[in-house]
Amino acid sequence: MTMLQGFQIALHALRLNPLRSFLTMLGIVIGVASIVTVFAIGSGAQLRLQEQIRSIGANVLMITPGAVYQGGVRLKDGSKLTMTESDVQAILEQIPEIQAAAGSIAGTAQVIHESKNWNTTINGTTTGHFMVRDWQLATGRYFSGAEEAGAGKVVILGSTVARELFAPGDDPIGAQIRIMKVPLEVVGVLDRKGPAQDDVAFVPLSTAKLRFLGSASNINRDSVAYIIAKVAADGQMAGARTEIENLLRQRHRVPAGQDDDFKVQDPAAAMEAQQGAIRTVALLLVAIASVSLLVGGISIMNVMIVSVTERTREIGIRRALGGRMRDIRLQFLCEALVLCLLGGAIGVAGGITLSMTVARMAGWITSIDGEAIGLALVFSIATGLIFGFYPAHKASRLSPIDALKTE
Amino acid sequence: MTAPLPLISLRSVSKTYRTDGVAVAAVRNVSFDIAQGEIVAVMGPSGSGKSTLMNMIGLLDLPSEGAVYLEGANVAELSEDRRSLLRARSIGFVFQSYNLLARHNAIENVALPLVYCGVGRKARLARAETSLQAVGMLHRAHHFPRQLSGGEQQRVAIARALIASPLIVLADEPTGALDSRTGAEILALFAALNRDGQTIVMITHDPGIATQCRRTIRLHDGELVSDETLFQLLPKRSAVS
Repeated sequence: MTMLQGFQIALHALRLNPLRSFLTMLGIVIGVASIVTVFAIGSGAQLRLQEQIRSIGANVLMITPGAVYQGGVRLKDGSKLTMTESDVQAILEQIPEIQAAAGSIAGTAQVIHESKNWNTTINGTTTGHFMVRDWQLATGRYFSGAEEAGAGKVVILGSTVARELFAPGDDPIGAQIRIMKVPLEVVGVLDRKGPAQDDVAFVPLSTAKLRFLGSASNINRDSVAYIIAKVAADGQMAGARTEIENLLRQRHRVPAGQDDDFKVQDPAAAMEAQQGAIRTVALLLVAIASVSLLVGGISIMNVMIVSVTERTREIGIRRALGGRMRDIRLQFLCEALVLCLLGGAIGVAGGITLSMTVARMAGWITSIDGEAIGLALVFSIATGLIFGFYPAHKASRLSPIDALKTE
Repeated sequence: MTAPLPLISLRSVSKTYRTDGVAVAAVRNVSFDIAQGEIVAVMGPSGSGKSTLMNMIGLLDLPSEGAVYLEGANVAELSEDRRSLLRARSIGFVFQSYNLLARHNAIENVALPLVYCGVGRKARLARAETSLQAVGMLHRAHHFPRQLSGGEQQRVAIARALIASPLIVLADEPTGALDSRTGAEILALFAALNRDGQTIVMITHDPGIATQCRRTIRLHDGELVSDETLFQLLPKRSAVS
């Protein structure tokens, strides 16, 4: 008897009892579907992070305000904007490893163009910001020196904002938009960097301070919310970081022994760590999903054992008519394999549907890769072989004489 | 002139079963030969060892002592796989309770032994048709066993036994579950097959059936008590044996 004949006999036997066959493979269906879904969500989350890491740019350090003491009370990180534009200047001038640096302040506001409006992040910064992040223009230009110095009424749009405010054929360059009642001229539209990054509008730092945030209590004319700086080469990250820390401690007159009033971070490294965490969680979930595959395998074994008992006479007949022990074993092994493969295939289809539903309903990014599907199918074949072997072996060991005697 | 090699030879065959530590001798020291073209009835009351004997002739079981030879080969010396293959190719079983697979139709049942001979599906079904034709059941080829009468099921079972052109057909109480008229039809079918040269061994406890066979082997308590060939009833055939 060949493998093919084994599968034909198996399919014939399973078709006779469709409900039972389906219920038997349900465990595998659920197991495989959950593995595929977890994989899809996990790799989607990783893709999103990778995109964020890429969008930050290579070799970027981020300096944010740290905890400050005010009359002996330690305030929350960032409750006081301790960084200033002159810090940016000092970093640029005094630390040779730094190629570019820019300070930013940011908030959210409604941007309005004619009848359309959109809520987005308004980032007040300098052209250095785009240099640090390797962010090219799709069209238009960056801020001019005069605009940066004189609170020019200009704006550079992220591609999402441009898409939301302008009809597809319209050229945004030169158009007037309004942010908090201030009319601004669009001078540039940025390249796409990723859905999370493109939803932003940039104005010169001076414009943001003077026209939008002017009188906020914790802002003085010189301060910025954070600084980003680009280090020339990968190997210089640690050195540049120490130099920035020393320079800022000195400039902020932080006494020896007291905590910094700022924090220097490497966002890409932090995200890579986060990515590792996501991978761990995803693996954990896959492990849990594998348990249901195990349960599915046990249920297949159970049904197969019952089926062997029920079909003892058939086994006897087949043996009497010339079936070898290995033919009987192959026949039942094929049944288990068909159950698992069919369950696996339905599970893959279910997993893809489920992850696409999750993607649509929760707005998560999911990514279905062949690797996950292949792995799930390999798992189901392994389950079939492992849990099908014992019943098949049992069937093949039946004495044909005794088997023929059973009713 | 040397006598032709017998198809089947039993030499001092005994079979002892051990159940719960107690040894039960089902067959004791039985010897006989069956030649090509014979039709033999094996008779005896229940428990006389008929079925055990048939299992050994059919290569389903091995003797505890003595030896069974199929075409001169000691079957105990063959591998289990080889014996399985011989069951498929050289032996055709007919059972009292037909033993058709309920979930397969007549033609699939008939073709089943060929699956284990490695015959492809098309050839299997073609040969199954021929075999069904031979027992007059071609018109029922696509019926399932439950849609057939007892006699019809037994005809399908005989077609299955014949499909691989076996050396010997082994029938275990083939009419035991049938009414007398249908039983007579099945016996007539066996007789016709035998006239065409098919060797048949039939197990029965019905003396009426035994009288229709030229040779009758009687068993009692596992021992062979008589082995008679009825030369006088069929003088024309005497030359063969």
